[in-house]
Amino acid sequence: MTHTAVVTSTAPRRTSTASRRFKRGAVSVLWALAGVAIAILMWELVKWVGTLVSLPFDSGDGTMPHVWTIVDAFSQPEVRGSDTTVLQAVVTSAAHSLLIAAGGFIIGVSVGLLLAIIMQRFSFMERGLLPFVIASQTVPLIALAPLIVGIGNRISFGPIQWDTTYSVMFIAAYLAFFPLSVGALRGLHSPTPTSLELMRSYAATPRQMLFRLRFPSSLPYLVPALKVSAASAIIGTVVAEISTGVKGGIGRLIIEYAREASSNPAKVYVAVLGALVLGLVAAGLVTALDLYLTRNLPKEGKA
Amino acid sequence: MRDIARNKWVQFAGLATVGALALSACGGSSSSSSASTAAASAAAPASSAAAACTTPTPVKLQLQWFVQAQFGGYYAAKDMGYYKDACLDVTILEGGVDIVPQTVLAQGGADFAISWVPKALSSREQGAGIVDVAQVYQRSGTRQVAWADSGIKTSADLKGKKVGNWGFGNEYELFAGISKAGLDATSDVELVQQQFDMKALLSREIDAAQAMTYNEYAQLLEAKNPKTGKLYTAADFTILDWNTEGTAMYQDAIWASQERLADAAYQATTQAFVQASLKGWIYCRDNAQGCADIITQNGSKLGASHQLWMMNEVNKLIWPSPMGVGVVDPALWDQTVAVAMGTKNLDGVAIISAAPDAEAYTDTYAKAADAALEAEGLNVTGDAFVPVEVVLNEGGN
Repeated sequence: MTHTAVVTSTAPRRTSTASRRFKRGAVSVLWALAGVAIAILMWELVKWVGTLVSLPFDSGDGTMPHVWTIVDAFSQPEVRGSDTTVLQAVVTSAAHSLLIAAGGFIIGVSVGLLLAIIMQRFSFMERGLLPFVIASQTVPLIALAPLIVGIGNRISFGPIQWDTTYSVMFIAAYLAFFPLSVGALRGLHSPTPTSLELMRSYAATPRQMLFRLRFPSSLPYLVPALKVSAASAIIGTVVAEISTGVKGGIGRLIIEYAREASSNPAKVYVAVLGALVLGLVAAGLVTALDLYLTRNLPKEGKA
Repeated sequence: MRDIARNKWVQFAGLATVGALALSACGGSSSSSSASTAAASAAAPASSAAAACTTPTPVKLQLQWFVQAQFGGYYAAKDMGYYKDACLDVTILEGGVDIVPQTVLAQGGADFAISWVPKALSSREQGAGIVDVAQVYQRSGTRQVAWADSGIKTSADLKGKKVGNWGFGNEYELFAGISKAGLDATSDVELVQQQFDMKALLSREIDAAQAMTYNEYAQLLEAKNPKTGKLYTAADFTILDWNTEGTAMYQDAIWASQERLADAAYQATTQAFVQASLKGWIYCRDNAQGCADIITQNGSKLGASHQLWMMNEVNKLIWPSPMGVGVVDPALWDQTVAVAMGTKNLDGVAIISAAPDAEAYTDTYAKAADAALEAEGLNVTGDAFVPVEVVLNEGGN
């Protein structure tokens, strides 16, 4: 009841907050666009300087095509006579990679969370498991990827065969679980002794402690960990695709287009831009998740 | 407070489930395409076309790289139904940057692998139990390409020049050629690590670049000369050919598992696979355009003229095969082994330290396959082979 009362009383103010928020949003969008414009100007500036003095690297059209050449490559047909444009191919591949990365992310996050819960609950597990969790990330990905694909080739469950796509997803999950398990572990440890004692005085079961206290208070740790995990999942997907040549994704497309780099250098930049946008989309999705999860928590710099 | 917290977690779980559902839907569609390879490994003895085929034997073939005309024969054999006729259900596994086919084969991830002979022999020396069962390529496709105006006409002319090479075991023919010309690879030439494109040569950062006839050399001819606005032509370049210089090494061959060759069922599968594959290569020889189209249909992103060029150049590396397609020429094998043993790279390492044993290759399967194909009325030597003329367009389109 009090809740509604508060809302009504602050209603007029809220519109002004909304318009202020809109203004702030518009300004940040403008800044972002300015950043892109500056990047484009810098690129062309380096090319222009390269025509005047000799730079320590090649800035010719063969290596650094003009921005408008790259934009022009968006609408080129992928192969002559095909209906698909380069842009369409890049978007389709990026979407494919995003789905694989999302799969890896969900698996990785689930495993990471589970590990964190186990490690929090049993301190001997934390001591025993954590070194392995950390060691898992020191294995170089390019050594691991062919191995996982190789093992995958030998797996089959009855009539269902292991698809190389699953191997890529596995690699994405392998990278994604780590930041989350470490972040979640810290988060689960974060409740103050006072809160824990209060829960104990209520005779709360370990499960109640976990769901009522530890999970909610781990959110501030969990959200940044989720962001890092999402980025890791994307990196894992793209690198695994490049490394093992799995079809359909943006990593493979970059290699395919790189082969034409001698005669059509702009094309590979379109694919690289696609990978970049893919990373941004993933980051955006996690930020949206963040806003949703922490909507009831006090925001920094506000309140 | 309690309710808010619980709601949040319920909703979070809901989100996760939705994500998982979307994903499993996508996973389902991708698995259904590959689910056709049933794991019913009853290993029906797959003798050639004549035997009644109830359960096709599943076979996995590991390539070195993505689908392209370099592997045309295998894709043709699959699409033309030669594998099916031989009661084989072949899955072609494409390669990638870090995929080593002979290792995949040795570890059991594939039943057969395509690999260059020197690299495979090196793996073999390190313990990979693999056997060359069909030497498909009879010539080396590696060249050293220089600008015509650079004055590089023989290996000896490389003295004092900036010479690009790919490294990673792709440089031995070049090094052997340099040594053969009486030069010292470490002091007489400036060796430069080269990327897998031809930009360094085009921008004249290097004087000579490594190139495969079927790929990088074509990339040169697909690039525009900024001075004239027209494509470069063969007249703009000179080529050092290791086949005529006598330091060429055998390249693409079909490798099988040595251990499993003791098993009669695998022997039969190998025989059937080699025969159908070679039949595929014969199809590609006689239908270069048709085979290039098959490659494009299988998802290659290469332009049409580049694809046909590659097919044609690959045909030139295979045909003619005077001893029959897939059969090892002992003289060329010995040359490969000699170069592999006698040439040291910049790190002072040779590819192999000792000659491989006699079991490193076998002609049994290729010879039997050739006899059977000849009985079908096919020409297995390609003595009358004439390459087609391919005009490359800008960017290979």
